Amino acid sequence: MTVLQKKAHNPIGHLSAADIEQIGVELDAIRQSVIDTRGADDAAYIRKVIATQRKLELGSRAVLLVSMFPPAWLVGTAGLAVAKIIENMEIGHNVMHGQWDWMRDPKIHSTTWEWDNASPSEQWKHSHNELHHTYTNVIGKDNDLGYGIMRVDEDQRWVPLYAAQPLWNFVNACFFEYGIAAYDLELGKNLATKERRQDPDFRARAKVTLKKIRNQMTKDYVIHPLLSGPSFLSTLTANATANLIRNLWTHSVIMCGHFPEGVETFERRSIVGETRGEWYLRQMLGSANISGSKAMHFMTGNLSFQIEHHLFPDLPSNRYQEIAPQVQELFRRYGLTYTTGSLPRQVGSAWKKVFRLSLPNGLLRRGRATVVPMATRPDTTSSAAA
Amino acid sequence: MSLLAPSTRAARPSLRRRIVALAERATSPLLPADYLDLFDPLRPGADLRGRIVEVSPETVDAATVVIRPGADWAGHVPGQYVRVGVDVDGVRQWRAYSLTHGPRADGNISITVKAVPDGLVSNHLVRESRPGTLVHLEQAQGEFVLPTDGGKFLFVTAGSGVTPVIGMLRNLFPVADGGVVRLPRAAAYDIVVVHVAPSEPHSIFIDNLRALDEAGLIRLVARYDDEHGVLDVDDLDILVPDLLERTTLACGPGGLLDALQRHHDQRGLGLLTEQFRATTLVVGEGGTVDFTGSGTTVDADGATPILDAAEAAGVLMPSGCRMGICFGCVLPLREGAVRDLRTGEVTTATPGETEGQGVPIQTCISAAAGACVIDH
Repeated sequence: MTVLQKKAHNPIGHLSAADIEQIGVELDAIRQSVIDTRGADDAAYIRKVIATQRKLELGSRAVLLVSMFPPAWLVGTAGLAVAKIIENMEIGHNVMHGQWDWMRDPKIHSTTWEWDNASPSEQWKHSHNELHHTYTNVIGKDNDLGYGIMRVDEDQRWVPLYAAQPLWNFVNACFFEYGIAAYDLELGKNLATKERRQDPDFRARAKVTLKKIRNQMTKDYVIHPLLSGPSFLSTLTANATANLIRNLWTHSVIMCGHFPEGVETFERRSIVGETRGEWYLRQMLGSANISGSKAMHFMTGNLSFQIEHHLFPDLPSNRYQEIAPQVQELFRRYGLTYTTGSLPRQVGSAWKKVFRLSLPNGLLRRGRATVVPMATRPDTTSSAAA
Repeated sequence: MSLLAPSTRAARPSLRRRIVALAERATSPLLPADYLDLFDPLRPGADLRGRIVEVSPETVDAATVVIRPGADWAGHVPGQYVRVGVDVDGVRQWRAYSLTHGPRADGNISITVKAVPDGLVSNHLVRESRPGTLVHLEQAQGEFVLPTDGGKFLFVTAGSGVTPVIGMLRNLFPVADGGVVRLPRAAAYDIVVVHVAPSEPHSIFIDNLRALDEAGLIRLVARYDDEHGVLDVDDLDILVPDLLERTTLACGPGGLLDALQRHHDQRGLGLLTEQFRATTLVVGEGGTVDFTGSGTTVDADGATPILDAAEAAGVLMPSGCRMGICFGCVLPLREGAVRDLRTGEVTTATPGETEGQGVPIQTCISAAAGACVIDH
């Protein structure tokens, strides 16, 4: 992809400023329709998910107490991996977005939730909710574009480090929760100079992260193995495997959100003075969905409805599926591309881009549009995306 | 370390504490309680909750809700109230209700709720609540209790204000299968009840009061607005001739209590009152915003986000996306009303009807809709 403002064929060139504001009005109406019907059924849903997840985790950990028996290891590891995925995706991510704050239940609230992940909630909420969701796909503002270790857009300048980015991406996938923790700490930036390293704010945040990591590791790699007695080693490998599966799965799902082909990126200065309609439009074009079964949607934490999630990050996740047809219809009416595909296709597409962009622009280009200078873009774009 | 210390007894944590610490490490980042709550939410040590065991109608618009409280329920004195957190349409709401009985043999507690017009929680409890539902509780509180050493009393109750008084009377005069039990300690009390209601059919507990009256245990003066006209407090001098010898306990709406206070002050009489709804929330456009932490008061208009208004006045505020998506600016609204600038939806917080510090609001998309108090 190339920042939208530089494309030869502008995908929003046909929209007038009035069209874009009308899109905003229609999306606001969809949002309101969910808020108006939000109630006891939704509350029952999230409570049931949380209760089921906790029982699954307890059951799996109980089975792993005798993990020296291979069937117990298999069942326990699979159960724990699923429990961890549900906790991170359908529960943690969404609760921390404030999707359930309306229930006024202090135990299921964005201000109190702590998730089963290396990164402390407070720091993740800042980098994810505030930076990524506000500046989605704006080059130079949204660090989720390659997490600072990869180049996922032609408009990100190539440096030799990126030549090995398929390897970085794989390593990041395996240790994704620590990648997220390092990312939320902005480790790359903050370790760069002595002054930044000694910044009291950074040191305080790093201390919180290290404590969280220590607690997480103690739980999975010391306490539960010890409780397993003779099954110490096999419980340790089971927990490590469950964490690995969770990391690989969440990494894959998250790659599908903004990296596949068809997703647009935006210039930094294009968001100056952005209207609500323009913000909505950027979310529409900057995200990609995953198509699949109900179980798949659930296991992605409904991030398979990434477009709907980015339009309405604070609506309960169980409602995205229901509004998706309305959102898709709105895309069609306004002649916009609703990027979606199966999980293997989207994961493949994202990985292909990681490989392709590991080399400087032009070396692996096949039939792609050439980058056109800013001056040639039609005038309508400036109002459309500015 | 503790082994080398001169006194190991004090330094070494008890076995129980060590087991708790181990369990906490095993369940991090959650707590053992988060898992135990799945199986026994009423166990000792849990947050105080209760389970509804029975809902029985009292009148067409009032019902008594019997609740089995959690193991840590510390009991109550008749006349006290309990704050109950109920999920209505998925949203937790807190209200205070009088406990309408003395300590019960079965360990349950009961509240009697009258559905008031537009009353979100009272209508839900009277018409929608079902046995088996989990509710959230706080320990009983309130100073509105009957002195234990007897005396001459006048109860003035209006509408559902009768509920704490019923709790006191039931404790004093328990009803068994064979009728009212006459306890020796009850002999020291001489009680007159002046009960006010809009009309007889709407009068909750009127049968209980009548039964006590017929048994000669209390004197009941029932006044119905449609029959006798709205009570004038000066009539009390006629309705209760020995008023000057009595101590008055009154529970009802603010207007009646204010009038009684004036009436009793003029005559130098003792008066103990109870009113649940102490404040009436006025929803409008804009208003003052008080920040409890800094003691700052900010004037905010109805179109400016509280975040912007506070920052302009020099208050250091948590902030994030400034467009309502990141929840980085959430602060508890302790009291008052705010309007969502995107949807126009009004959120209100009434002291006593929220949990903890108040209703968390997003300050970046909320404008003051009346005077507000924010905990920050």
